[in-house]
Amino acid sequence: MKRLFYTISSLVLLCASAQAQESVYPAKEYKGKLYITNGTVHVGNGTVLENATVEVNNGKIVKVGSGIAVPADDVKVFDAKGKHVYPGLILPNSDLGLTEIGSGVRASNDNVEIGDFNTNVRSITAYNADSRVINILKGNGILLSSVAPEGGIISGSSSVVQLDAWNWEDAAYKMDAGIHLTMPSFIQRFGRRGGGGFPGGFPGLGGAPVDPAKQALDRVEAIKNFFREAKAYLQESNHANTNLKLEAAKGLFDKKQKLFVHGDQVKQMLIAVDFVKEFGFDVVIVGGSESYQIADLLKANNIAVILGEEHSLPATEDDDIDQPFKTPAALQKAGVLFALNDNSANTRYRNLSYNAGTAATYGLTKEEALSAITLNAAKILGVDDRTGSLEVGKDANIIVSEGDILDMKSSTIIMAFIQGRKVSLENKQTQLYDRYKTKYGIK
Amino acid sequence: MRKLKLLFSGLLFASLLQAQESFPVNGVADKRDGCYAFTNATIVKDAQTTIANATLVIRDGKILALGAGVAIPKDATVIDCKNKFIYPSFIDIYSDYGITAPQRAQGGFNFGGPAQLTSNTKGAYGWNQAVHPEVDAVRQFVVDDSKAKGLRDLGFGTVLTHVKDGIARGTGAVVSLANEKENLVIIKEKASAHYSLSKGTSSQSYPGSIMGSIALLRQTYMDAQWYKNKPAKEGVNLSLQAWNDNQGLPQFFDADDKWNDVRADRIGDEFGVQYIIKGGGNEYQRIKEIAATKATYVIGLNFPQAMDVEDPNDARAVSLGDMKHWELAPTNPAALEKANIPFCLTVSDLRDQKSFLTNLRKAIEMGLTETKALEALTKTPATLLGVYDKVGSLETGKQANFIITSGPVFAATTNILHNWVAGEKYGIKEDAWSEVKGNYTLTINTVAGPVKYALDVKNASTANVIGKDTLTGKFTHDGKMVKLSFSPIAARRPQAPVGGGTPGGPGAGGFGGGGRGGFGGGAAATQYRLSGVSNGNYWSGTGEDTAGNKLTWSAKLDSVYLAANTDSTQRRRAGNQRLAKVTYPFDGYGWEEAPKQESILIKNATVWTNEKEGKLENTDVLLKDGKIAKVGKGISADGAKVIDGTGKHVTAGIIDEHSHIAAASINEGGQSVTSEVRIADNLNPEDINIYRQLSGGVTSSHILHGSANTIGGQTQLIKLRWGANDEDLKFKGSDGFIKFALGENVKRTTATQGNNRFPDTRMGVAEVLNDAFARAKDYEKAIKLDPKTRRDLELDALVEILNKKRFITCHSYVQSEITAALRVGDKYGFTFNTFTHILEGYKVADKMKAHGSSASTFSDWFYYKVEVTDAIAYNAAIMQKVGLNVCINSDDAEMARRLNQEAGKIVRYGGVSEEEALKMVTLNPAKALHVDNKVGSIKVGKDADVVVWSENPLSIYAKSEKTIVDGIVYWDREKDLEQRKKIQAERFRLTQKMIGEKRTGGPGAVRPAEPSWQILLSCGDHEHEDGLYTVELHEGESKDK
Repeated sequence: MKRLFYTISSLVLLCASAQAQESVYPAKEYKGKLYITNGTVHVGNGTVLENATVEVNNGKIVKVGSGIAVPADDVKVFDAKGKHVYPGLILPNSDLGLTEIGSGVRASNDNVEIGDFNTNVRSITAYNADSRVINILKGNGILLSSVAPEGGIISGSSSVVQLDAWNWEDAAYKMDAGIHLTMPSFIQRFGRRGGGGFPGGFPGLGGAPVDPAKQALDRVEAIKNFFREAKAYLQESNHANTNLKLEAAKGLFDKKQKLFVHGDQVKQMLIAVDFVKEFGFDVVIVGGSESYQIADLLKANNIAVILGEEHSLPATEDDDIDQPFKTPAALQKAGVLFALNDNSANTRYRNLSYNAGTAATYGLTKEEALSAITLNAAKILGVDDRTGSLEVGKDANIIVSEGDILDMKSSTIIMAFIQGRKVSLENKQTQLYDRYKTKYGIK
Repeated sequence: MRKLKLLFSGLLFASLLQAQESFPVNGVADKRDGCYAFTNATIVKDAQTTIANATLVIRDGKILALGAGVAIPKDATVIDCKNKFIYPSFIDIYSDYGITAPQRAQGGFNFGGPAQLTSNTKGAYGWNQAVHPEVDAVRQFVVDDSKAKGLRDLGFGTVLTHVKDGIARGTGAVVSLANEKENLVIIKEKASAHYSLSKGTSSQSYPGSIMGSIALLRQTYMDAQWYKNKPAKEGVNLSLQAWNDNQGLPQFFDADDKWNDVRADRIGDEFGVQYIIKGGGNEYQRIKEIAATKATYVIGLNFPQAMDVEDPNDARAVSLGDMKHWELAPTNPAALEKANIPFCLTVSDLRDQKSFLTNLRKAIEMGLTETKALEALTKTPATLLGVYDKVGSLETGKQANFIITSGPVFAATTNILHNWVAGEKYGIKEDAWSEVKGNYTLTINTVAGPVKYALDVKNASTANVIGKDTLTGKFTHDGKMVKLSFSPIAARRPQAPVGGGTPGGPGAGGFGGGGRGGFGGGAAATQYRLSGVSNGNYWSGTGEDTAGNKLTWSAKLDSVYLAANTDSTQRRRAGNQRLAKVTYPFDGYGWEEAPKQESILIKNATVWTNEKEGKLENTDVLLKDGKIAKVGKGISADGAKVIDGTGKHVTAGIIDEHSHIAAASINEGGQSVTSEVRIADNLNPEDINIYRQLSGGVTSSHILHGSANTIGGQTQLIKLRWGANDEDLKFKGSDGFIKFALGENVKRTTATQGNNRFPDTRMGVAEVLNDAFARAKDYEKAIKLDPKTRRDLELDALVEILNKKRFITCHSYVQSEITAALRVGDKYGFTFNTFTHILEGYKVADKMKAHGSSASTFSDWFYYKVEVTDAIAYNAAIMQKVGLNVCINSDDAEMARRLNQEAGKIVRYGGVSEEEALKMVTLNPAKALHVDNKVGSIKVGKDADVVVWSENPLSIYAKSEKTIVDGIVYWDREKDLEQRKKIQAERFRLTQKMIGEKRTGGPGAVRPAEPSWQILLSCGDHEHEDGLYTVELHEGESKDK
């Protein structure tokens, strides 16, 4: 009998002999069946199954539920008794693999390209599948991410990647899933009015006041013109001058790509409706600090939202001091499709599940909060046919945790599977932990 | 012809100039005595004394006599001032009239650019470019009549002018606003000395912060004292010499904000100086603290304009605090008066100085008495400057500086007619000299003989002609020229439509508006068109009737309307207005009434004691007199307020070992060693993040200097007493600490144009430490040997460290730099009390333990910069297991609201027990800060700094329901919900009021809505999770917009 049985003792996994991150290998493809048994299965769509089993065959989920027989066969079985089983978390917008070290090392950053209309720029081509950050995120249950370029007005296309790969082609889960646009700001910039002051002032920021709304609208018109010209260009296949920028907008008109509009202000988001009405684009708001104020309008126009870091300060001094925490509940109530994100440059997005936890503290149910970092994100990124929930037919992107992953103290991830491959949870941090436990003789 | 004209005007100008004795005369001598008598006037000698029907006599620019029944010299030119008022002209005590505004050198100060470590001023001056007490305004002063005229038009005759630049600005001069040669307008050459917290045009890197400016002033006071003994090694220092020379003068401090007022006053207190403080117009928000300074204030009248908040999205960005200030700013002078704080008024802050009198009237409407207003513009400034013997009131022998007005000077309808400076007349509104309003007899010499009409002149553009009917004619009177046209015969309608009626139009019989539109339709009528010249009470001229007959006419004044006496009605109106309340702090979440200390009994909770008792179930905690009085079961309430703690958790308040909130500046990066600067000098108790952090259970925060330099500034431990003033925010009786920093930031890794400030490597950082303490040791010895040794505040702080009177919190990341620092400490015999950030602490935990350091770190930060690439989330757990006292800190205004959760992460990363994890944000930081005898655990006798949590405090689902400091409930989740409603209601009221202003105020009544930016000061180390209207400022960046 070749049946392999794994009891789950997480520390054994973590205490594997110290290796450099270079020796943390992407997992090999696993053909055949595997079972994760007896866990509390959080499907991701709101359903929780106690004492349930997930059956995986050739990387796909084939059964979920209780009473699933585990054959005495050549299969892998993972006992998750007392543990919680979740869909792999999805980081819905990030610079993962593009920015290695945020500050002070320009050479390590490939997230911002020069130019205003970079429709043709593709984040996937710079995605570094060996980034040190990636393995750490897996340790926090994040198995997929959308990787987006930044800067300019149209920054380029994002791709969805899975986080256990040899290279970017290997990592690509959905290539060029969306085009990213930063909506011009309608807010007067800080320091625009003044000059002088203590002690240095902002040299060069003084001068004649500009009307920020007018300036923004001028830029919006330029963006629309770009799309109008792209639309015309795409009507004709034969061009004397090939224009890569216009060509790259095709996916938006074909609805093969979504338009991810980055903006936090009400007016920015309302302008985004224009892109639905005039061009028929699928629009997703990224940021959405003030989205709770227009939740009904977003719903009416079928606009989804990827909220920015929830652990943020209130936008204004007078705002409810917990406003960012309760914004997800407002969107949920209005029926807006939304995902939660972690943008924190200090923790490099590892706290995604705790953003969901805070949303659960301030008005979402725990399962709604989970959906906001799994199934909702998959829907928004257009990969919900393959991932985002533990449902039959989807990829076996699964994590198993000691307890509630939304709450930090119980959220230790003990297993993770991507497309049925059991991936290593080792990373530079676990390796250094191990190294110094050895030094001090700590258990 | 043209040439002649020019010559003529040239002559006219010359005649205004008094000849100065030593100057040659080109032409025939034209000395005049300038003797004038102003008769029949109401003379306001000073704010207290008014003489009716009096005469003022002047000669040679001086007042010769004044009073009722004063003899008029024969050679006096008599000016009849019937119905006129005469006041002493105003004094602006805060002017830079006649001074060219200094410009910052090309390029200027740039925080990303190379450091400028020494002064660019050439000559035998001091080391800091912003300290130039040697500048004398009198030497730069040049008469500028266009500027002078602007001030004279407002009623000013004298100003104190100075160079508004730098921290020590030099002396000011009292000058008159006469258009004369400079020699003759200077009243007092050195009348004042001036200071500020702003380095102005100085391009030198130091100081780069408010606390740096304060430290520089403090040091300069000491240096100047020391310089009095002419220390040989200092040579000649003209700046210190001037500083000493200036000390006898009135000392002015441009503070420009309520908290800076208080800060400035404290500097003065240290050195026995009482400053006259130039305020910021928001003094009413902290009037008690302002009164306690016992300073005289100089107050501007720059009331904020209403904003255009019609668009709710724009309105949203404007804070309630800014809206309230818009409404209440005009109450500032009245608030000062009510609190018996002496003050002067100045034009200097106004963007449009023409609004001075309008704004002053607004202040009077809001309760400022006219007596006080006049005093603030005359006697008070003159007395402060020691020139009351010359100006500031109307008395014999004083300068003939006065204004003649058409009525009481502060009444809305009053015009300033003349402004006399040193006996010379400057016409302001000559055309209004004759009060046009009144009843006249109009005589028209028609072909049929003279016809008389009564002419009732309402104002310069409206008049009624009264014959059989009252007719409104087209009328203009521009002071000298008069035009009038009217039809003497009533139209067919029984009542003449007066003005504005459209011939044949609808609206029969209606009174048209304004009377400018000619006459109503009707039968062909004779119409007179008259034009003439006003000679005051008598007008005469020529005209024509509709038949083309030429005629002459005259009009003579019969009786005058007097300007309505002021403003009791207006003031009554203001008294009835509903106005915003001053809250503490002055923003939405401030208190109208501060919460009080209570006896509180928390019943039946799970109590995390942090003591040997551990976690106690179903336990009561009694808080009394600000202390924890009892912990146990079945404690009787005995009058205490009872909180049901069933199902809830009680912990000691969270202590944030590393915070940058509640300060006006954080980083003084001007030099590598700035141990002289003190966060305590610039606490900001109005930071909204105090309140927000209370909601996360934080009760104490250690406010650290930033990490811009190796030896940073002295820190301040505070308690989050929301609503307290800066002084009361301090955690009393706590040990002094100081911030050190190592690594990337102090070697200025991110300097955009390279770094020229030592150190540039970690090798250099270690040497900065070595050098500083070597100097400190030498200094300590020198002071002991010779008490006359120059006091050096920078080294004083280091000596305190050597003597274990001050303790270090050291920003640090990598093991090499940590070890190097430890060895410097060992060498000089001091301990690095705490290493903060310390993300590689796990690599050298044993060494830190041996040295005796605490560690204060982040739970799970990594990879935000090169020096944290080896950061691991297991750091705290390893250090704790090695035996270090480990704290988890925020260094982040947002995350500080969730430090309990950060502690929860330590359970997850490395398996520390829950109770030990909680200690990392309570008891352990108390130990690191040497206050564990007062706070950090639930123990009888300790401060009642306690949090009631909805559940296990390490859980993400836990909320602080009540946060209590000193037995005072500063955070109450239910009350917060009420407060939100109040904020909404008050915002609504003020928004409506501003919209009203926009609708009724005409064009230009409102300015575009300006977002109220929330300023976050940061150590400059990493990103923060900011809100939409939040601005993060780093080293050297300005808080001012």
